[in-house]
Amino acid sequence: MSEINNDRRQFMGKALAMAGIAIAPGVMLYDVKAGNDGKPASSKVRWGMLIDSNQCKEGCDDCVTACSTENGLSGGKKSTDSQWIRKVELKDMRSGRSLNLPMMCQHCEQPPCVDVCPTQASFKRADGIVLVDKHRCIGCRYCMMACPYKARSFVHEELHDQNPEVPRGKGTVESCTLCVHRVDRGESPACMEACAKAGHNAILFGDLNDPESEISKRIRTVATSQIRADLGLNPGIRYQGM
Amino acid sequence: MPTPESLRYKNKLYYLLLAAGGLVALAGLYAVHMMEEHGHIISGMNNQIVWGLPHVFAIFLIVAASGVLNVASIGSVFGKAVYKARAPLASLLSIAMLSGGLTVLMLDLGRPDRIIVAATNYNSTSVFAWNVVLYSGMFSLVIVYLWTMMERRMHVWSKPAGFAVFAWRFVLTTGTGLIFAFLTARQAYGSALLPPMFIVLSFAWGLAVFHLVQTTIYAWNEKTLDPAILRRKKNLLGVFVIASLYMVAVYHMTNLYFAHQVAFENFILHEGGTYTMMFWIGYVLFGNAVPLGLIYAPGLGDTRCVMMASALVVLGGFAFLYVFIIGGQAFPLNIFPGYVASSSFGDGQIAHYEPSIYEIMLGFGGLAIAFIITTVSVRVLNFMPQDKAYIAD
Repeated sequence: MSEINNDRRQFMGKALAMAGIAIAPGVMLYDVKAGNDGKPASSKVRWGMLIDSNQCKEGCDDCVTACSTENGLSGGKKSTDSQWIRKVELKDMRSGRSLNLPMMCQHCEQPPCVDVCPTQASFKRADGIVLVDKHRCIGCRYCMMACPYKARSFVHEELHDQNPEVPRGKGTVESCTLCVHRVDRGESPACMEACAKAGHNAILFGDLNDPESEISKRIRTVATSQIRADLGLNPGIRYQGM
Repeated sequence: MPTPESLRYKNKLYYLLLAAGGLVALAGLYAVHMMEEHGHIISGMNNQIVWGLPHVFAIFLIVAASGVLNVASIGSVFGKAVYKARAPLASLLSIAMLSGGLTVLMLDLGRPDRIIVAATNYNSTSVFAWNVVLYSGMFSLVIVYLWTMMERRMHVWSKPAGFAVFAWRFVLTTGTGLIFAFLTARQAYGSALLPPMFIVLSFAWGLAVFHLVQTTIYAWNEKTLDPAILRRKKNLLGVFVIASLYMVAVYHMTNLYFAHQVAFENFILHEGGTYTMMFWIGYVLFGNAVPLGLIYAPGLGDTRCVMMASALVVLGGFAFLYVFIIGGQAFPLNIFPGYVASSSFGDGQIAHYEPSIYEIMLGFGGLAIAFIITTVSVRVLNFMPQDKAYIAD
């Protein structure tokens, strides 16, 4: 009798060990994925951007192209195509002054998309980046209705040739991730890099919480504004020259 | 007494109606299958008009599902015998329309297969998530209420159950209104007026649907509704239509008073093309003015007039929701106040929307589900209002 029990114990032990081995890589992968160098995203950091509309050139859409290439978007401009970043041309109604600027997810401190999402698929990382969990999104599009910046797109059709670092999914909502996969590697977003490469330097990315960062210094010294600041959402993207 | 021939004829007609309803529901399912297969690209919806025709159908059905319970509430809560006799039918219609509406809403999701996530990852700040609780709660409460009314031993509980349903449906329609009221940045929405407006609209739409179904059932059973009851109920419909028109007028008038909303109102009321036409002709004229004439004009107001008025109120409801939901999104979001904006993503432009056949099929599929539930239930269970000799109370 006791022998049988021993067998059973051994079997159970082995089964548990096997299950552990099978599950461990998944758990480990999850840990490695979450954040910078294996560290989780920290609330000590608040990633943001400063966009200088004076430097943003009319007709240039290098930031848009770079975004499409980096994130595997088609770059199409149909009303059903995803556009994570777009160039907006503005004309002051009273003075007639024209200006250009790139518009994308504003990574709000109080994001309406996160408030309204029924499944918590829209979420804000500790470092201020607003993202969509593609596995939780049920595609109700309430976040698109709630976003004051029209920053979100819905994937209307089958996707091909995805960038493995930027998973997307038909029937789910998506938007600018601030190139979170690059940021977690210590790099800057693709749009900023492209803008600098074109010699315009209209986009500056950095940590808004670090008083020594270039973005913080600039914000302290020049007049900047947030789009629809009246809504009180405190976006992480600020604009200069508006 | 119905003759055996007429019974046989009716039997055939019943199965024919059921088959027709089934076919429409199947067409709806086919549309869902196609949208699953190809994505929403085959719908008319896009990144500017994110909610389209399916939402018009779904919201109409859900709002009317709450409003139709008014008939039950007036019976159970306020103790009016004429209405009490109609409470089971009203409850049935509520369940049927709620099922149809929710099915459309759910099947229009980008990932309807993940609907369970809405329960496993509940976001307590989301009005949508609140509505999941409100809808399922309403379902359960109305079923309990029906049970208390149809099971003799449970009659003592029908008043408290009626009260619970009465309270719940107010909260539910408030929740439906809040879906839009909490969209602060959109010119068309973001108003505290919306929840009460939806409640009043629900009264009119629900009662109109009730009239249509009740008249059909009476005709089916070769019975005539007591003219006194008809008069009373048509007057109630008239009052609800006037009240809903008032709420809609107040909503637009307050918008017109705010300088920053004038452009939006100008779009809906004046320059919006299809939307303007739908609002004035579809909603105001055919959805309100003509029904009021049919109800109140001297010499009118018989069964046929009330039936036609009810049908027009329902169609007007659809017209209203089309303008409210789709017209509200078509007007460009004011992201840069004080600037004229243009971009590749529709900034500063009126968004284009043309519903596709699949959306129409899905919407009608929802109506068909409500129809099938009603038709089958009315046949197998006793939902026919049983009036005592009518004495005004």
